[in-house]
Amino acid sequence: MTALASAKDTEMVVNKQSASPNRVIDIENLSLTFETNDGPVNALSDIDLKIEEGDFVSFIGPSGCGKTTLLRVIADLEKPTAGSISVNGVSPEQARLNRAYGYVFQAAALYPWRTIAKNVALPLEIMGLSKAEQQQRISRNMELVNLTGFEKKYPWQLSGGMQQRASIARALAVEPDLLLMDEPFGALDEIVRDHLNEQLLQLWAKTNKTVVFVTHSIPEAVFLSTKIVVLCPRPGRIYDVIESDLPRERSLDIRETPEFLKVAHRVREGLKAGHSYED
Amino acid sequence: MSTMTEKKSRLDMPALLAWFIVAMVVVGLFSPIFGPDYGVMDVPRLALCLVILAIAGVRYELGFMRNPLGDIILGIVTAIAAWLLIATSSQHAGQATLGFWALVAATWAASWLFVERLATWRHLSPLATRLINLAIPALFGITLLALWQVIVTGAGIPKVLLPAPSEIWVRLTNSGPTLWADFRQTFLKAVLAGYAIGCGSAFITAILVDRVPFLRRGLLPIGNLVSALPIIGVAPIMVMWFGFDWPSKAAVVIIMTFFPMLVNTVSGLAASDAMQRDLMRTYASNYWQTLFKLRLPMAMPFIFNALKINSTLALIGAIVAEFFGTPIVGMGFRISTEVGRMNVDMVWAEIAVAALAGSLFYGLVALLERAVTFWHPSVRG
Amino acid sequence: MTDASLSQTRSMNPFAGLMSGTIGPVTVVVLAIIALWYISAVALNTQFQQDIYARAGQSDVSFSQLVTDTLFQERPVLPAPHQVLVEIWDTTVNKKITSKRSLVYHTGITLSSTLLGFLIGTTLGILLAIGIVHSRVLDKSLMPWVISSQTIPILAIAPMIIVVLNAVGISGLLPKAMISTYLSFFPVTVGMVKGLRSPEVIHMDLMHTYSATRIQAFWKLRLPYAVPYLFTSMKIGMAASLVGAIVGELPTGAVAGLGARLLAGSYYGQTVQIWSALLMAAFLAGSLVALIGVIEKRTLKRMGMAG
Repeated sequence: MTALASAKDTEMVVNKQSASPNRVIDIENLSLTFETNDGPVNALSDIDLKIEEGDFVSFIGPSGCGKTTLLRVIADLEKPTAGSISVNGVSPEQARLNRAYGYVFQAAALYPWRTIAKNVALPLEIMGLSKAEQQQRISRNMELVNLTGFEKKYPWQLSGGMQQRASIARALAVEPDLLLMDEPFGALDEIVRDHLNEQLLQLWAKTNKTVVFVTHSIPEAVFLSTKIVVLCPRPGRIYDVIESDLPRERSLDIRETPEFLKVAHRVREGLKAGHSYED
Repeated sequence: MSTMTEKKSRLDMPALLAWFIVAMVVVGLFSPIFGPDYGVMDVPRLALCLVILAIAGVRYELGFMRNPLGDIILGIVTAIAAWLLIATSSQHAGQATLGFWALVAATWAASWLFVERLATWRHLSPLATRLINLAIPALFGITLLALWQVIVTGAGIPKVLLPAPSEIWVRLTNSGPTLWADFRQTFLKAVLAGYAIGCGSAFITAILVDRVPFLRRGLLPIGNLVSALPIIGVAPIMVMWFGFDWPSKAAVVIIMTFFPMLVNTVSGLAASDAMQRDLMRTYASNYWQTLFKLRLPMAMPFIFNALKINSTLALIGAIVAEFFGTPIVGMGFRISTEVGRMNVDMVWAEIAVAALAGSLFYGLVALLERAVTFWHPSVRG
Repeated sequence: MTDASLSQTRSMNPFAGLMSGTIGPVTVVVLAIIALWYISAVALNTQFQQDIYARAGQSDVSFSQLVTDTLFQERPVLPAPHQVLVEIWDTTVNKKITSKRSLVYHTGITLSSTLLGFLIGTTLGILLAIGIVHSRVLDKSLMPWVISSQTIPILAIAPMIIVVLNAVGISGLLPKAMISTYLSFFPVTVGMVKGLRSPEVIHMDLMHTYSATRIQAFWKLRLPYAVPYLFTSMKIGMAASLVGAIVGELPTGAVAGLGARLLAGSYYGQTVQIWSALLMAAFLAGSLVALIGVIEKRTLKRMGMAG
């Protein structure tokens, strides 16, 4: 296993040098068709997207537009049927095997039989890290999400917001440069969500990771992102890519500024147009 | 709802019971207690019994001391009444008549009233609540035993038909060595060996079957079907193949426990949801890591369900298999031969041992389950 | 590994459709079991067959001859499937139903006590469950006993009930049916209590806002909710009831019924007879449970609970 992994590492380095140094995700002409009993469904069609290092990119769109599917393609949880995609300059599968990303799901998906610390340790155990290294990463990442002191608790003893923070700590513990988040705060109430959004921004500023974030909330997308990708359904495709000119350092108050509202307006227009096109 | 509460205040279950006690006491007072011509006043102990029951019933109807203290007094009174009845019935075995049965009915109603009152106690500490929740079924069991004892001795039911609990107890204490030898033969050898091999092999088979989706789809319906079949019928074949001693019984137990374990483990291994499996995939986790870190823990509630079902099946299988032939030791052997010789008290003693062993075995597995699946919503409650 | 969660493009293999359902795999597994049965029959019966050859002085028997002979023994250690089927055919179609040698006759006897016991047991179980759900005292005092009674090997009492009832002059169907009653009673009680308690709090609250009486709430809410649970536990109860009837036939000394056939077969070493009785019992159990399944499907469809 270790020999194999090191071989893959060298391969990755070679590939990385050939690609653009700052390009984290490069998608060209990508399509994905699901075969269902009612015939083929075009989940994604002709997607072109480039994501640079340090970007905070949000996918936004109505349900069924393929935003989650696109994220799952990046994570190698779905295979595209056409087109090309590279993650860190290698195929998504290779990237997954290299543990190049951390993935946060819609639900916390913590294992109820493990304590919070043991849940955060789960990917580290699978990677085969030493106990000392595991311990170090657990305390470091639990501190990042403000969960210090809850190591010995079980997931079902914590609130929904704390569980989701623990699942973020679990994704961060892999220490990837890329964080993939699939509506991570969708199930939480707005007060908790605002708080976690702020924390996530601080985290991003501190670590300078690349984040790809799926949401269906316009304020959330605008507040968090440097780049907003608007998708529309049937077939799932990119309607607009909006580069936000808001400063990287922002607080919740920014949501009342005209600049914020301008970006939000453009996103809303995009979502509307994508819909009316369909009707 | 309002009409219901009104009705309740006038004629609810406790009030009915109290009236019943009083009525039965009256019947007991005016009819012969024991044949041919004993009245209740001729047997001092029963007269005492009658008096305290009457007081208890009337007291409740008058609404005097309807509080925990009064309830406890009621409980003590009932216990004394029951004891008096048991003690006198053995001196006049088989002679009981209407008056006696009226007193028995009154005592039974009194114990029901006591439990009825006990169940309404509120505002207690968690510990006390738990104790009461244990005490109520225990009281029910004791009442059942007492009724059994009084009816069997009072009506003079022949021992061949149904021995009294006291007779079974005497048998139980007198035949220790025989019962122990039977227990060792049937439980310690056949049941435990068969249970371990049956559950163990089914578990390994389930893991193998799970790796091949084709086998899983093919075997699961068949496993479900076999679980509903009277597998116990293979007992004569096993006795033919493996001889009279315990290995043939263990073989029956293996076959009986195999399929519930197989079916449950396979469905348990499929219990993890898509998100949890995706999570393991994002970690590039291999088959064994996913198995040990996700799927086996998820399967534990299912596996323990099978282990609990099997703990009962194993004992039944071993005992029934012994009906088809054994060396001259074993619980099933003892039951079938003693029934033939009409030693019914020995049969009951054997059944008591089997019941105790079965319950302890089940209880042990259930305790283990609580320790292992502490995280499951049904356990952490 | 977890590839099942990935989108699967449809395979071009024409057998893929057949093999991806359950019918294909089940057929293959059943065929595999029959093949395994034949192989085991040859393997297990070889020893005895070679003893026969040795006694008859035949030394050079071809392998095919050996295989044929092992599959047609009079009293094989393991009879081959076709022997069992021939025996079943002989004792069902070729015998008068009233004959004591007819398997239909014996099956009928077992079936009648199974059904009688099941009927009584289910009725009692439902009634007790209704009592338990509506009375705090019954719930607290009886329910723990109902649950712990399942951990007790009740079947061990079977011979005693039969013999004792025989001694007081009650014989025939009733004692056996009593064992079946006893066995089918507990699963139905437990399942029914669970079912009657399964309506959610919100539904009970709704009934409360209508100030429905307990009887109305029972008929309109609790009972419909309990029906799926009732059918599930009836399947278990029916299987248990059949086991009870078969075991109940053992101590009466092999008079009539499938259990008696098993016992008689084991007395006289008639393995083919044992296996045919066993297969018949399996068939009976399967059809009874399937019958409940069909009724369940129809009822639930009528109630609008299943599509």
